[in-house]
Amino acid sequence: MKTGMPRTGVTGNILTSDTSGAAATESAPFGHALVRVAEADARVVGLTADLGKYTDIHVFAERFPERFFQMGMAEQSLIGAACGLARTGLIPFATTYCVFATRRAYDFIAIGAALGRANVKIIAGLPGLTTGYGGTHQGIEDLALMRSVPGLTVIDPCDATEVAQATAAIARHDGPVYMRLLRGIVPKVLDPATFSFEVGRARLLRDGADVAFVSTGIMTPRALDAARQLEAENVRAAVLHVGTLKPFDRDAVATLLARVPHVVTAENHVVTGGLASAVADMAVDERLDIRLARIGIPDCFCDSGSLPHLAERYGLTPRHLADAARNLLRT
Amino acid sequence: MSQLSAELLPLTRDPVAIRGRALSLRRHVLRMAEIVGQGYVGQGLGIADVLAVVYFAELRTRPADPGWSDRDRFLLSIGHYGIGLYAALAEAGIIPLAELDTYGADGSRLEMSAPETTPGVEITGGSLGHGLTQAVGMALGLRLQGRDARVFNLLSDGECQEGSTWESALAASHYGLDRLTAIVDCNNQQADGPPARVMGIEPVADKWAAFGWHTQRVDGHDIPALLAAFAAARTTPGRPHAIVVDTLMGRGVRAFEEREKNHFIRVDADDWALARDQLEASS
Repeated sequence: MKTGMPRTGVTGNILTSDTSGAAATESAPFGHALVRVAEADARVVGLTADLGKYTDIHVFAERFPERFFQMGMAEQSLIGAACGLARTGLIPFATTYCVFATRRAYDFIAIGAALGRANVKIIAGLPGLTTGYGGTHQGIEDLALMRSVPGLTVIDPCDATEVAQATAAIARHDGPVYMRLLRGIVPKVLDPATFSFEVGRARLLRDGADVAFVSTGIMTPRALDAARQLEAENVRAAVLHVGTLKPFDRDAVATLLARVPHVVTAENHVVTGGLASAVADMAVDERLDIRLARIGIPDCFCDSGSLPHLAERYGLTPRHLADAARNLLRT
Repeated sequence: MSQLSAELLPLTRDPVAIRGRALSLRRHVLRMAEIVGQGYVGQGLGIADVLAVVYFAELRTRPADPGWSDRDRFLLSIGHYGIGLYAALAEAGIIPLAELDTYGADGSRLEMSAPETTPGVEITGGSLGHGLTQAVGMALGLRLQGRDARVFNLLSDGECQEGSTWESALAASHYGLDRLTAIVDCNNQQADGPPARVMGIEPVADKWAAFGWHTQRVDGHDIPALLAAFAAARTTPGRPHAIVVDTLMGRGVRAFEEREKNHFIRVDADDWALARDQLEASS
């Protein structure tokens, strides 16, 4: 904080989640979902690299201590051991943070898990600006790295409902998966009675003919907020949630964009190599004549600070999404 | 679905029989290298005695069913030693002997750096420092499932410079993985020269011991000593086992042994006959 700056907030505990505005929340949806999956399937095992409590897998470890392996502060060993466990027929869920999984163990994910087609589930916490701890802890480019690895499935869930459903779905899915994790007290936005996660499928959460939000991760609830703001101005906005970045649901996105060519992508990630890139690539391939605005983290490492402050500072709030839509429609 | 033969590869602890297997492996290595004209022939020859002991005195496998779930696993971390592994797999009947003639050829399963898509190759090594990490996971997984299969990982002296090797060394010791054996091949030669000049690793046996491993160091060409070391590893409970083997690159072919730089050997077409003669003379 520069001298004379107004104090807008402070960096929270690393475990602090942003639940501001959430009507409902759930505690540790991943950990509890993993226990349910493991109760039904004895092949499921868990590992972490000294981040059990911080990735909610402590819930599993307490329920199944003999099926849980603490690997210590050693991410290469974490991913390598997970691959070895998978090769004996087990289904390992290995947790750490996005930054450590991708930056420290990239070769082990690429070769051990992806090239080796090991049935490993990498669960990575603190995606993007879900932590105020600055550049060392904010996983801002992990989706770009993971999307470029052949054969890897990449998932960025948007709320507690999807975290829980995706946990069960990826246990059933045969092959290596990288999933971003929302941990602790997690907002619950989607109704489990009507939403169903499926690997590789995008979901149209709201339809509208004027502008299309194509979003992933925690930006989807913000896109829904922005759509409600626009509704008051008689602008009808669609929201397509792309929970699986890879394989990318080209059909769902292309179908929507052919109908609604004004498009705002929204991701909790740098705007290069993630969702915006996937949409732009697809639009070029399909020769879709679209107008695209990209909401995401700019090409920079981010500051530390409170989560609302960071969302404002880097342009990730519902207001920024609505403004991007308004600008598209104006020009 | 056809029923795969459950017949186990017969094992022997007779040093004379093992020495005969080692000579066969070296002949296979020369055969592969001669067709390509170059390659990691120094490593293949240097590790032949160790592989003969592992494959024909220790490893519980079914040659007709290389994916048998209770098999002992041999993980080649150093993918470029593939030439030596293929020789052992062919000698064991896991891949056809005739296939050795395809080594390194376009479209062959016997790639210069061994890929796991080839029968009998457990993991894709080659990006060094991976093998032991996966070996630890396999040993944990097998133990959890109540299988008594053993896991062997062959790694190199140079790989002791990779941080991941020591991450895994900690984990194996922490979990008391006594069905896991790391074979550390010290041939004193890595891509840029001898480890003492590139990045010193000695006293390497002391390092494994300090990490809590049951550690032995033997001459990697002394078959009775190798048999004894593997027997001790098999019968010592509670800790993972490190067998540091000192080997000579190109062992069995004097012309290759005496080369100063033998990490990747190129040989003129006329000199292969000389190499074969030297191998037969050494046996």
